[in-house]
Amino acid sequence: MEWGLREELRDCLVAAAPYGGPIALLRNCARREKSPGARPLLDTFSASGLLLASIPWKSGQVVQLGWTASEDLLCIQEDGTVLIYNLFCEFKRHFSMGNEVLQNHVLEAKVFHTEYGTGVAILTGAHRFSLATNIDDLKLRRMPEVPGLQKPPSCWAVLSQDRVTIVLLAVGQDLYLLDNTSCSVVTPPGMSPSAGAYLQMAVSFNYRCLALFTDTGYIWMGLATLKEKLCEFNSSIRSPPKQMVWCMRPRSRQRAVVMAWDRQLMVVGNSTECIQFVLDEDSYLVPELDGVRILSRTSHEFLHEIPEASQEIFKIASMAPGALLLEAQKEYEKESQKADEYLREIKDQKLLPEAVSQCIEAAGYEHEPETQKSLLRAASFGKCFIDKFPPESFVRMCQDLRVLNAIRDYQIGIPLTFTQYKRLTIEVLLDRLVLRRLYPLAIRICEYLRLSEIQGVSRILAHWACYKVQQKDKSDEEVAYAINQKLGDTPGISYSEIAARAYDCGRPELAIKLLEYEPRSGEQVPLLLKMKRSKLALSKAIESGDTDLVYTVVLHLKNELNRGTFFMTLQNQPVALSLYRQFCKHQERETLKDLYNQDDNHQELGNFHVHSSYSEKRIEGRVGALQNAVDEYYKAKNEFAAKATEDQIKLLRLQRHLQEDFDKPYLDLSLHDTVSTLILDGHHKKAEQLYRDFKIPDKRWVREGSSGCTGVPASRGAQ
Amino acid sequence: MAAHLSSGRVNLTALREEHEVEKMFTLKPGRLPQADVKNIIFFVRPKLELMDIIADNVLREDRGRSPQRDFHILFVPRRSLLCEQWLKEQGVLGSFIHREQYSLDLIPFDGDLLSMESESAFKECYLESDQTSLYHAAKGLMTLQALYGTIPQIFGKGECARHVANMMIRMKREFPGSQNSIFPVFDTLLLLDRNVDLLTPLATQLTYEGLIDEIYGIQNTYVKLPPEKFAPKKQGEGGKDLPTEPKKLQLNSAEELYAEIRDKNFNAVGSVLSKKAKIISAAFEERHHAKTVGEIKQFVSQLPHMQAARSSLANHTSIAELIKDITTSEDFFDNLTVEQEFMSGIDTDKVNNYIEDCIAQKHQLIKILRLVCLQSVCNSGLKQKVLDHYKREILQTYGYEHILTLNNLEKAGLLKPQTSGRNNYPTIRKTLRLWMDDVNEQNPNDISYVYSGYAPLSVRLAQLLARPGWRSIEEVLKMLPGPHFEERQQLPTGLQKKRQHGENRVTLVFFLGGVTYAEIAALRFLSQMEDGGTEYVIATTKLINGTTWIKSLMEKLEPPLA
Repeated sequence: MEWGLREELRDCLVAAAPYGGPIALLRNCARREKSPGARPLLDTFSASGLLLASIPWKSGQVVQLGWTASEDLLCIQEDGTVLIYNLFCEFKRHFSMGNEVLQNHVLEAKVFHTEYGTGVAILTGAHRFSLATNIDDLKLRRMPEVPGLQKPPSCWAVLSQDRVTIVLLAVGQDLYLLDNTSCSVVTPPGMSPSAGAYLQMAVSFNYRCLALFTDTGYIWMGLATLKEKLCEFNSSIRSPPKQMVWCMRPRSRQRAVVMAWDRQLMVVGNSTECIQFVLDEDSYLVPELDGVRILSRTSHEFLHEIPEASQEIFKIASMAPGALLLEAQKEYEKESQKADEYLREIKDQKLLPEAVSQCIEAAGYEHEPETQKSLLRAASFGKCFIDKFPPESFVRMCQDLRVLNAIRDYQIGIPLTFTQYKRLTIEVLLDRLVLRRLYPLAIRICEYLRLSEIQGVSRILAHWACYKVQQKDKSDEEVAYAINQKLGDTPGISYSEIAARAYDCGRPELAIKLLEYEPRSGEQVPLLLKMKRSKLALSKAIESGDTDLVYTVVLHLKNELNRGTFFMTLQNQPVALSLYRQFCKHQERETLKDLYNQDDNHQELGNFHVHSSYSEKRIEGRVGALQNAVDEYYKAKNEFAAKATEDQIKLLRLQRHLQEDFDKPYLDLSLHDTVSTLILDGHHKKAEQLYRDFKIPDKRWVREGSSGCTGVPASRGAQ
Repeated sequence: MAAHLSSGRVNLTALREEHEVEKMFTLKPGRLPQADVKNIIFFVRPKLELMDIIADNVLREDRGRSPQRDFHILFVPRRSLLCEQWLKEQGVLGSFIHREQYSLDLIPFDGDLLSMESESAFKECYLESDQTSLYHAAKGLMTLQALYGTIPQIFGKGECARHVANMMIRMKREFPGSQNSIFPVFDTLLLLDRNVDLLTPLATQLTYEGLIDEIYGIQNTYVKLPPEKFAPKKQGEGGKDLPTEPKKLQLNSAEELYAEIRDKNFNAVGSVLSKKAKIISAAFEERHHAKTVGEIKQFVSQLPHMQAARSSLANHTSIAELIKDITTSEDFFDNLTVEQEFMSGIDTDKVNNYIEDCIAQKHQLIKILRLVCLQSVCNSGLKQKVLDHYKREILQTYGYEHILTLNNLEKAGLLKPQTSGRNNYPTIRKTLRLWMDDVNEQNPNDISYVYSGYAPLSVRLAQLLARPGWRSIEEVLKMLPGPHFEERQQLPTGLQKKRQHGENRVTLVFFLGGVTYAEIAALRFLSQMEDGGTEYVIATTKLINGTTWIKSLMEKLEPPLA
């Protein structure tokens, strides 16, 4: 380990993230009483002990440290406040675990991970539990009370079963299960009656298994559902272990529990024997998916069950196909004919494909490049003797190992095992490299694995740029230029996202500069709106041609600006104005009138009034609206429309009289139909009056007069 | 699952079968119809009017039923923030579990025909300055280029064409990485504004397909015909039960006979039909000559094809009879005569007697509007006195409510006073040879056959672009509205075409604002010309004819019920 700690680990609060994640240390906190002047120090290290950041701790008393699934550091304070820092001890945000916790203080806290994300569980001074299952979507849950609980439980753990998070706690010889609503007493099956009081418990990485340690040194191991016992062991050590964690490999039947005392490490499982190690110094256990990491001042080790493939190959005097193939290859290199003998032996059993697969698989579990190489060489050698062995698994493994070896380098310090890497996926690994600001390595991995640009390189460059904008010591121009130099027109780069980050960092000018590089004007709009550059947003939206986007900005402006300024803004943007008119036509007819009024569009105002006359029920209302239209048409110098509308008013009034006089529907017949109806009904005088009043052309009048019925009244009139 | 459609133009049969769609409804306000389904999907155009209906549907739904239904909304062709915002204000946005888009911009109608089926595109672009449909057109063209390669040359004429081309160039720049590596299918894209050629849709189409559309209206390749002519003629029944349901037929080039006659002048259809009739009956006669088992077997194997041909022939004979009844009527003839006079430039400057008579007899208003607009366009606008006379006649006869419709037509430039005092139309007509006196309807040698004399301006522009190029008609292009332009899109050297001798160029002609069947026929005629050298594929915002087009511009004002 690089870190060169002066303190003992036991004097520090320690938290190490799973998947070869970083380590956080809060030093001096225990010695606070001795030297009140000295502030505690919060440090973060890579798994290889390289210092990432160090800050003096200025906030309240910290009870517990923990890492989230996205490698943010959680500092849980005594008052229930949880502060979130990133890997580099930069403060991100904080939240509180609620009033109850604030009043009664935090006694103990645990950080846990489920499919919902990272959660926090708190035991308060009033011996109550509070839970939040996902800190990114904070919903506090206060667990029910444990009846008659007077002192804190001796040990407790968070379980996740069937997507429900529950708490298991031990008080003396009793076990209690707390779910959302109730508290129940439980007894593990096959528990020895003389086992004694529970002192320590451990839940496995996948929440499937549970281990309980009692004050007689007895260890019960079973399923976390408490429905089945797997095995038990009597350690005859009566003091509780400092740490107890499960050590198992996915899909393996061999399950074991690792316990650490001050100077002793014990591995117990389904066997009467146990394995014991001596610990030279203070150690800290980190449970992993497929084993346990053991941290100390000087070393960082990984304890795991040897995978089957490795056992088969490296077991002494193993005759497994993989072992023989490895031997054959070694002999081949020595140019010995034994190579052929070994090979023949495998081939006789028709196990050559298995031998190759075994070697490839085993290579994955090795950490030493030399061993990896010899196994891969053996696989490659064996492959030559097989017809059409699919090359993918071999190639894939070579690639994966190169990536793994690169990140395991102590400078990088992410000691992932092959199993963990596969579970984590390459995408998440790249994210983690980006989090550590290891951009060049991330990009080289993308290029090496030939990931698509959008998925790989572009994404990383974008992250780099987002980091770059936070460098406050450089001027806006410099940063914008540097970013554009590096990113150029790389496909999939979203300049607007980078600009958004710049804006969040309080650099609006830089954000605008960066937005200029964004080729998609549609993408510029939301940020510009957020930055209250609405007018710029409007012209960008119009530039994009996307009318929907223009609408969005227009409606945004409408809420943001006062009516006068809003109208003025639209006035300068004809495209936006006509779209807004369309909107008003459907939704706000009155506003439409104001818009026309503002640009003295009397023709449209006239049309507007004609339109509204048709929604008036009473004749007076209609005439009124039409009269307004006449006025507007005159103002618009549209004599024809004005006269025609005056005629319409005249006709409406006349029709009402006719309707009253003859008790027959005349309203809304056209002039033509009115005249024909009058003629058909024998009111020739009236008809003639209309002919004169409305100056009906002779030609048409003659036709009507002569045939009388050519203009058959519209069906509307003849109901 | 139940699907809900606002415009049932999408072929959902496949979807229906794959996902067990129970029922399909058209969108209307009120409660949703009963259906025992869990999921309801709304397929809608992103329009606010439709959002109101959907909100109404959803709000009424929630109250009644106990097993809650799940709602989903699928916008065609694009999701709209505006609509979602609107749904949010109505308080129903949260009811939708999925909000997605179905990016269907261009719908294939035939082997060489794509349409966006956006009815209101012309009105929105030219009356309301709402260019949403142009944005969709540009997006559709980008999709087309993603599938069929970057189109190296873009020509265009008109404001909207310019706008679409600009958006295409911009969109291409927005995705610099997506270098298209597909060998281009199209050599040229020609974008044409409908308002460059307002004349053509106003004239009555005289091709077979054009006439079917003019008279019965083709909707989404289907036509509904009066049933009488299609009664099954069986002995003994004596035609007692005439079917009352209209006969519905699908019309596209998959039908061999229809492909042959659809684009012919109607006057040339009769002879083809009778020739076909002879061939088919001769083919059926062959069974008497079939002697050996082998011959009979061969005959039988051809039978389904022959029967299909016979029923196709029967259908089209019936349609042709129906059309003939109308085209031989006196009024059709008079109407056509007036149209042709206008188009050939006779008496376009004074009030036309026939139009006056039609108004006096209160013929269909749309017919009147088509004629008056045609006269106006063929005269580069009417004298104020003439225009006012027509307008007064229309308002007095059909009602004053049509004042807004007339106003719309004026705004669209279909009806206008002659301002400059100069009539450009004769120059345009002569230069572009829009009127051909010696038209051959049976064996055409020029596109003018589709209107029996008038060569559609739009198609002439396409034809002249291919040969000899627009440079020869600069003067006329300047008289037509909007800019004309040429853009080039760079292709990587590997994709540049090395033309084989005699290989045809392929041009995509995109009509912004609609295209008629007669124009399509004219372009197909050009594709088939032996020495043409250019093949055409047609895309449009909507398939139109004069009637549907004018209708889309009319303002529907209903007097309140007293």
